[in-house]
Amino acid sequence: MIWLTWRQFRASAVTTAAALAVLAAALVLTGPGLADRYAAGIAECTLDDTCPRFYDLFFDDYQMTFTVLNLALLALPALIGLFWGAPLITRELEAGTHLLVWNQGVTRVRWLTVKLALIGLTAVAAACVTGMLVTWWSRPLDSSAVPELAQMSPLVFSARGIVPMGYAAFAFVLGVSAGMLVRRTLAAMALTLAVFVAVQIAMPMVVRPHLMTPVTAVHELSRENVGGISVRRGGGEVRVQLKNAVPGQAGAWVLASELLDPSGKVIASDGEDSPTTVSGTSGPCAPGASPDGCPGEISAQGYRQQATYHPLDRFWAFQWIETGIYAALTIGLTWFSFWWIRRRLS
Amino acid sequence: MTSVLSAHGLGKRYGRRWALRDCTIDIPAGHVVGLVGPNGAGKTTLLKLACGQLVPTEGTIETMAKVGFVAQDTPVYAGLTVAEHLTLGARLNSGWDAALARERIAQLDLDPGQKARKLSGGQRAQLALTLGLAKRPELLILDEPVASLDPLARREFLQGLMEATAAAEFSVLLSSHLVADLERTCDYLVVLVDSRVQVAGEVEELLATHHRLTGPRRDESRMPGDQYVVSARHTDRQSTYVVRTSAPILDPAWAVSRLTLEDLVLAYMEKRPAERRRAGLEALR
Repeated sequence: MIWLTWRQFRASAVTTAAALAVLAAALVLTGPGLADRYAAGIAECTLDDTCPRFYDLFFDDYQMTFTVLNLALLALPALIGLFWGAPLITRELEAGTHLLVWNQGVTRVRWLTVKLALIGLTAVAAACVTGMLVTWWSRPLDSSAVPELAQMSPLVFSARGIVPMGYAAFAFVLGVSAGMLVRRTLAAMALTLAVFVAVQIAMPMVVRPHLMTPVTAVHELSRENVGGISVRRGGGEVRVQLKNAVPGQAGAWVLASELLDPSGKVIASDGEDSPTTVSGTSGPCAPGASPDGCPGEISAQGYRQQATYHPLDRFWAFQWIETGIYAALTIGLTWFSFWWIRRRLS
Repeated sequence: MTSVLSAHGLGKRYGRRWALRDCTIDIPAGHVVGLVGPNGAGKTTLLKLACGQLVPTEGTIETMAKVGFVAQDTPVYAGLTVAEHLTLGARLNSGWDAALARERIAQLDLDPGQKARKLSGGQRAQLALTLGLAKRPELLILDEPVASLDPLARREFLQGLMEATAAAEFSVLLSSHLVADLERTCDYLVVLVDSRVQVAGEVEELLATHHRLTGPRRDESRMPGDQYVVSARHTDRQSTYVVRTSAPILDPAWAVSRLTLEDLVLAYMEKRPAERRRAGLEALR
């Protein structure tokens, strides 16, 4: 059975391995250079205290590669589900070969066991290697990323650490189960993609924020959390807009960033700007004054940021919990596919 | 007499549709059994139930322990070579007869390195049969194995099957909707119409006990009790009956002729609608 599974899986396994090997080689070759450039930049910027500027420049240079890598790692499990999972059963049903192979000396339960184990483990291994490599390669960039692409933010978190393994295992058995249900390859692929994308969107939108109670804290305004200050021409009201960032919490996943007025009332939430009582005609916020002093001045008037966020130190806890959730989904679908192949499939 | 297959009240339903219902059948061992019936009679369903491919919705079915199955259209893996199919058989079966498989492939003049997708329909069927035979089954089931083959490939396939059955002692159950395919191969015949076994028995005995009677018109109620009427046709003046009886037919009014196997099967296939018509008329009265 192992022989047959490998014989049927060989071609696509080799293709995938080749593609991943190219990616791995590229990462291994460029990774050390990236890390060196980052280390050199940090050493230099700490001397004259210009590190925020260095982060921006450094991240800017690699943002394209960074984003493409993340998307590739998000797509990998979907591809596994579509091209390894969905056709596993439907290919046999469409060619009628299930009638050949299930009438040999092995039961169809054993047939499915070997298929799921061998191909499933390969899928998990592929996701593991790719996930770890990307995590290692991206380390300097994760340390310098813009708040929207912080390490805990949905798009980045899902492409780091061990969660890709959970996604890959889940997508694979999802494809197999979909194939058993709809019995046609194209329909099974469409169903797999639809369900997988829905789950991948629902996870960060609905489930992940509640894995732990988010931290809510009030912070003074500074360059780190103020996104923009606008002063009406000729010196009018000063409007403030906050960023989705928390001072001293680089890499955190900011769920909400609200502006509080001196009485503690929320006057602006995510991305909105709000007028303040700070003078725009004189003082640090007046046109012509150095802009660096303005956030401090607004803060001094009693304006604060109230942020709700998951700090970066929860990264591994979240990774384990989420991988566990996907492992549970995988086990459930595996159970279903065994039940279905014994009871319903013919 | 042991039986290779015995089913009782067997039924299989797909959703709301019954593919086979209330089927009771007993097939003795040591025969090449032909299962014949019109399309949709439930042949494939019965065979799939027999090899364990399907689970019955109701009733029971028992077969020999080791059943080989060659499915309709003789599926093989397009991407695997002939030799790899033999490896598949060897890896997936405990009592695999590798020598038999190799010899058959050599005899058939199949190139072991050839991918199955490049084989002709007849060669594919032969490869599937080889897999079924080398498994050394006690009962080999073949579902319409020659339906899609040209006449020459059809004859070669059936010849190969006959040679194989002559050499070994296992039973064969072979389905077809064409009697001509079975005539040369089978020594036992089962006619299945609408899930029901219409007649089952050794071919020679069936041929010896079925007669066609032609003579002046006579009502069915006036037929003797020991003659089981299989089918009846009437014109204004003439009646034609197909009857089953073990006694000789002495009535001088009848011209008696023997039936071919095909006539016999067709007579049983015709019988059902006739019975239904009668049942319908009776209900009207």
